[in-house]
Amino acid sequence: MELINLALKAIFVENIVLAFFLGMCSFLAVSKKVDTAMGLGLAVIFVLAVTTPLNNLVFHYLLKEGALGWMLGKESAMEIDLSFLGFIAYIAVIAAVIQIVEMALEKFSPALYSALGVFLPLIAVNCAILGSSLFMVQREYGLAESTVFGIGSGIGFWLAIIALAAIREKLRYSNVPPGLRGLGITFITTGLMAMGFMLFAGIQL
Amino acid sequence: MNKETKGILLDPLHLQNPITLQVLGICSALAVTTKLEPAFVMSAALTFVLILSNVFISLLRNKIPGSIRIITQLAIIASLVIVADQILKAYLFEMSKMLSVFVGLIITNCIVMGRAEAFAMGNPPWKSAMDGFANAMGYSAILIIVGFFRELLGSGKLLGYTVMESVNNGGWYFPNGLMVLSPGAFFIIGLLIWLQRTLSTEMQEDSN
Repeated sequence: MELINLALKAIFVENIVLAFFLGMCSFLAVSKKVDTAMGLGLAVIFVLAVTTPLNNLVFHYLLKEGALGWMLGKESAMEIDLSFLGFIAYIAVIAAVIQIVEMALEKFSPALYSALGVFLPLIAVNCAILGSSLFMVQREYGLAESTVFGIGSGIGFWLAIIALAAIREKLRYSNVPPGLRGLGITFITTGLMAMGFMLFAGIQL
Repeated sequence: MNKETKGILLDPLHLQNPITLQVLGICSALAVTTKLEPAFVMSAALTFVLILSNVFISLLRNKIPGSIRIITQLAIIASLVIVADQILKAYLFEMSKMLSVFVGLIITNCIVMGRAEAFAMGNPPWKSAMDGFANAMGYSAILIIVGFFRELLGSGKLLGYTVMESVNNGGWYFPNGLMVLSPGAFFIIGLLIWLQRTLSTEMQEDSN
């Protein structure tokens, strides 16, 4: 129950794009068409589902104060606190996972690779991925929680980008003031979507 | 000042602004601007990281192999961000709590990667430093403008000092709660882009 609640929260109430502004760059850049938005959204779900739990393990077994206990023995490990290395470790894990996923997809599932391929390198610098890992550490999630949180955030991103892409496809036929065309109207639309998602606030199971 | 230098220094402020035209680094621009003060601190942190990352990457540009350049750039940027984060934690702890994960997210701030890739990989260190500085200023300008309006309209204060007395404290101003929440940030940037592109029509896009 706790986990379902966490997932719902990550998808709707604290949507990673609309409430925390993470992954904005690709959110705005790749939302012109529903097809491509779908590709990016699925790739983000996939990468988040892998990297968030993986970074959880990295934090708990390598970086946290006293985390090296399994290697050095409890006493001497208590003096080592590597948590300041967090940023560089998480980004390395993310970049490595993306590289591996890309190679594996190319070999085993060329169809999926051609659908997601272009987006995978982009994702390495998507703030949503690193942001989820950092939130996971800050909120002290366990392994199961961080898996659910990762998948939930991914679904939240997917939902938001599909919705925005659908709206933008319709907007193409409307008469927007010249100065607002393109980026400007996209921001206003996103703002209205964020207002819509605020209605979910307070939902709990 | 010759024409090229002038272009490097001035373009990112308006015509090539990283946020409103190049669509880079928007995440943090929206997230840390609920008040003016964190917007200043974030701008300072980004300026520090962007200038130094541009300089270091430019110094190493002939040594970095093409196939692993992204990860090399990320390693340099991440190290600089760790330094910035540690400094903030040591001297401005309250502020670092307030900025929470967004200092760390400078690593994936597209401005830093974007400038490294687009400019520092092909230009000498001195020029790259100027480019980094100018882009950081373009970013800071937007952050500070957005932070100014969100704090002023959202709580009637500026940098913590009361400018417009709110109704709750017996004044006349009724704070606009929307400004403090996320939609307010989207609307302000949207309107800012509108203003900017009405003033300089060459920035307008043809289609939606």
